[in-house]
Amino acid sequence: MKHIVGVALVVIILTMLVGILLNTMGLLPDVASLQGRYIDDLFQVHTWIIAFLFALIIGFMLYSIIVFRRKEGDDSDADHIEGNNKLEVTWTVVPLITVLGVAALGANTLSKVTAMDPQAMEVKVVGQQWAWRFEYPEAGVVSDVLMLPQDQQALLLMESADVIHSFWVPEFRVKQDLVPGITTEVRITPTELGEYTVRCAEVCGLQHTYMLADVKVVPEAEFSNWLASEALVADDPVARGQKVYEQYGCKACHSLDGSQLVGPTFLDAFGHTVTLEDGTTVVADETYLYQSIVDPNSQIVQGFVAAMPQNFSEQLSDEQISDLIAFIKSLSDN
Amino acid sequence: MERKKTTLLSYGVVRGLIGQVIGTVVGLALISLLRLVLGMGWNPEPSWIFAMLVGFFGFLIGIGAFSDWLKAARGQEITPHPHDPEEWTGLRRYLSFSVDHKVIGIQYGVWSLFLLTVGGTFALLFRIELASPGLQMFTSTSATSLLGLTGFATAFSLHGIVMIASMLMGVAAMSNYLMPLMIGAQDMAFPRLNALSFWLAVPAGIILLSSVAFGGFDTGWVGYPPLSTRAPLGVQMFYLGIFLNGFSGILGSINIIVTFLTMRAKGMSLLKTPVFAWTAFSTAIIQFTATQLIGLSFVMAMFQRLFGMGFFDPAKGGDVVLFQHLFWFYSHPVVYVFVLTGLGVISEILPVFARKPLFGYKWVALSSLGIALVGFFVWAHHMFTAGMAPYLRVPFMVSTLLVAVPTGIKFFSWIATLWRGKLVFPTPMLFALGAIVIFLLGGLTGPPAGTVATDLYIHDTYFIVGHFHSTMFGGYIFPFIAAIYYWFPKMTGKMYNERMGKIHFWLMFPAFLLMTLGQMEVGLLGMRRRIADYDAALGIGTQQFAITVAGFLIALSVAVLFYNIYFSARYGQKAVANPWRSRSPEFQLPSPVPLHNYDRPIEVVGNPYDYGLPGSTYVQISAPELAAGD
Repeated sequence: MKHIVGVALVVIILTMLVGILLNTMGLLPDVASLQGRYIDDLFQVHTWIIAFLFALIIGFMLYSIIVFRRKEGDDSDADHIEGNNKLEVTWTVVPLITVLGVAALGANTLSKVTAMDPQAMEVKVVGQQWAWRFEYPEAGVVSDVLMLPQDQQALLLMESADVIHSFWVPEFRVKQDLVPGITTEVRITPTELGEYTVRCAEVCGLQHTYMLADVKVVPEAEFSNWLASEALVADDPVARGQKVYEQYGCKACHSLDGSQLVGPTFLDAFGHTVTLEDGTTVVADETYLYQSIVDPNSQIVQGFVAAMPQNFSEQLSDEQISDLIAFIKSLSDN
Repeated sequence: MERKKTTLLSYGVVRGLIGQVIGTVVGLALISLLRLVLGMGWNPEPSWIFAMLVGFFGFLIGIGAFSDWLKAARGQEITPHPHDPEEWTGLRRYLSFSVDHKVIGIQYGVWSLFLLTVGGTFALLFRIELASPGLQMFTSTSATSLLGLTGFATAFSLHGIVMIASMLMGVAAMSNYLMPLMIGAQDMAFPRLNALSFWLAVPAGIILLSSVAFGGFDTGWVGYPPLSTRAPLGVQMFYLGIFLNGFSGILGSINIIVTFLTMRAKGMSLLKTPVFAWTAFSTAIIQFTATQLIGLSFVMAMFQRLFGMGFFDPAKGGDVVLFQHLFWFYSHPVVYVFVLTGLGVISEILPVFARKPLFGYKWVALSSLGIALVGFFVWAHHMFTAGMAPYLRVPFMVSTLLVAVPTGIKFFSWIATLWRGKLVFPTPMLFALGAIVIFLLGGLTGPPAGTVATDLYIHDTYFIVGHFHSTMFGGYIFPFIAAIYYWFPKMTGKMYNERMGKIHFWLMFPAFLLMTLGQMEVGLLGMRRRIADYDAALGIGTQQFAITVAGFLIALSVAVLFYNIYFSARYGQKAVANPWRSRSPEFQLPSPVPLHNYDRPIEVVGNPYDYGLPGSTYVQISAPELAAGD
C-alpha cells in the first residue's frame, strides 16, 4: 500500500511538471486564424493527456527501477504474480472510453475547422513547380502574393499544374494538398493583421525547399483598395510582362540579375547568341523566345536540363506571351 | 566423395554476385539486340530495368537457389528435409545457400546491420546539411548533380527506404532464428523456401542501392506520382528493388505462419506459446496479406513511366490519390511488423530480469493480434490532407485512435511485470527499458497526429519525423539491439562484453532522446519535412545543430556495438547454456545451439513465464544430460 501511495505522488508531480512545461515553453508559433484557435485548443487537451500518460508509465517505471531492484546477493525469484483479469479489463475499458471521447472531441474540432461561411471570399490557388499564383476571379486579379482581408473567411480553391504540392501557412495551422486532376479546398479566417509565408509542405522536386509565397492580412478597406488598383490593367506591356513573370512561376527558375538558377537568366538574354545542347547556335530573337516558352524542350540551352513545364501555351494567352517577351527585351541592351 | 579444395567460388554469395553481373550484362545485350532488330533506338529506361531483372535471377541461379527444384524438375530424387553439405564449414555456410534456420536468421541479421549502416550514412549526410540554415554541402546548382539538391533528396529518400528494408530484414532475422527454437522445432516448415526468402533480398537490395548510380530520386521513400514520373531513372530502381524485396516478406511469412501453427512441441497449446512467437505470427499475417499492395502500387507506377499507362495520370483518366491508398495499405501495417516484433522481444526480456511472470500473458499475446487487425483499418490517417473524400477522415481518425487500446494493454502489462519484481540491469534489460521509454514517446505523440484537426498542422512537419523515429527506435531498434545482446550467447557460444554494452546504451539512449525531442520541437515551430534549407527566422538553428550532433553520437554508439560483436565473437568468454536463468526452451540447449536444435523429444510441462513458482519448469527435454551440456 505504501508503494501505491508513493508512486501516486510521483505520478501527480510528474504530470504537473510535464503538463506545465509543455504548455508554457512556446511550442507553436503565434496563431493567426480562427481555425487555428480551435486547433490550438485541441492541442492543449492533447498535451495534458500526454503529460498524464507519460507520468503514469514513467512514474511506475522509475519507482520500480529504484525501489524494486534486486538486493545484493539475493538470487531468489520475485513473487509469483501471474496477472489480474480485473485490472486488465480496467485498462482496456477505461482507455477505450477515453479514446472514444478524444475521437468525439476531434470530430467536433474538425467540424469547426471546416465550418462554411456562405459569404466566404473565393480565391483560386494554383501551385506549380516551384511557385504559387493567387487568382481573385470576381475582380479578375492575379497575384503572386496572397492578400486576405482580416476577419473574413476565405475559401481557397486549389489546383496543381504539375505534381502534388501542399498549402501551409504555419500561423493559420491548416494544411491542404494541391492534387493534379482535382480541386481541393481549405477555409481560412485570418484574425491577426500581418505578413506570413506560404510554405509548400509536400515534396515537389528540386526547389521544393524554396516554394514559398508571401501572405498579407490587411484590414477590409485596404484589401478593397488593393483589389481595385490591381484590377486596373497597366498600359505598359513591359509592366504587364513583369506581372506574368512573377505570377506564372518564371521567376522560380530564371533570374533577372544574371545569376544561374534552374534555367538561363533573363538578363541580357534577348539578342544574345545561344549555344544549344546539340552544339548549334542561334540568336535569341522574338521567334526564339516564343518557341522557348510554348515548346521549351525543342531548344534546350547547353548546360541546362529539360525542367520547364510544357503547358505554357495553355496557361498563357498569346497576349501574355508577347508581354512577357517585351519584358525580357527590356532587360537587354542588345 | 572426394573433398574439393575451398576456393573463392565455394562461397555461394560470390557465385551469386558473379551471376548478377553476368545476368545484367546478358539482359542488357539481349534487349539492345532486340531493339536493334526492331529498329528502335537506345532507350536507357526499359533496357536497364530489364537488365536488372535478369541480373536478379542471375544472382539466384548463381548461388544455387534453384538447384534442388531443377533436380526435382528433371525427375531426380531430393530429400524433403534438406541439410547443408558437410563440407560447408565456418564462414562458408554463412555465405552460401544454407537451409538451416539459425544460419538464415544470422544472415538476415548481418544483411540488416549492413543496410542499417548504409541507411544511417545517408542520414548523416543530410544531417550535416541541416546542421545550420543555408546550403553547406549540397551546393551544386546543376539540376542533375548528386552534389546539389537532387543529392540531398536522394539521401533522405534512400535513408527512409533502406532503413525500412533493414528493419524488415531484422524482423526476419529474429523470427527465423527464434521461432523454431522457441516452439521446440528442428527447423522451419520449408527450409529451401526460407533460404530463397533471404537470398532474393540480397540482389533486390543491390538493385535498390543502384538507384544512386542512375541519378538518384527526389520523391522521398513514398515515391508518390506524379513527382515520381518526372524523377531520374533512379526511381525505377527503387521501385524494382522494393518490389522484388517484397517477395522475401511474402515467402518468409508463409514459413512463419505454417511453422507456428503446425510445428509446436508436444503440449504447447497456443496459449502456452512464448509471446515472441505470437508476435512473429501476427507480423507474418500482416506481411503475407499486405505486401502485395505496395508491390502493386510500385509496379503500376513503373508501368506508368515505362508504357505510358495512366493509372495515376488524371490526363488519362487516372487518379493521383489512388496510389497513396494502395501504398499506405501496406506501408502503414508494415510499421506494426517492426513494432510488434520489438514488443515481443521486450515481453520476453522483462520477466527474465524482473524474475516475475509476464503480467497478463494472454492479454499481451492476444493484444498483438488486436494491433495487427486494427492496423489494417487505419492507413488513410497518412492522407488527412491528401485530398481524399472528406467524409473518410472521421472514421479513419476513430480507427487510428483505437490502436491505443491494445497498445495500452502492453504498456500496462509491462509496468505491472516490473512492479514488485527483483530487477537486475544487464545490457539487454537496459535496452528493453529504454525501448519502453522511447516507444512511449512515440505512442503519446500519435494521438495529436491521429485527430484530424491537429494533424492538419503537424502533417509533413518534423513533428511527424520525431514521432515515427520514436516509434521505430522504441518499437524496433532498441528491442532489436536488446535481442542481439540477449541471444548473443545462443548464437555465438560466447558472452558479449558487458562494459561495452553499457557504454553503447548510455551513448545511444540520451542521444536518441535529444534527437527525437529536437525533431518534434522544430516540427511544431514550423520545420517542414524533406527540405534542404530552412528559414533562420524560425529560430531553430540551435536545435538543428543538436539533432545533428545527436545523430553522430548514435552512429558512434552503433560502432561500439559492431566492435563488441566482433570482439566478443572472437575473444569473448565462453557462454554457459543459460546465462539469464531463463525458462525459455532455447536456453535449455547448450550454447551455441547445436546443429539440429532438439534432437530429443521436448515436451511442455508448465507455463512459459512462471518465474517465482517453486519447482516448475516450462519444458522438459527427455535427455537430462543435454540441458547440463556444460
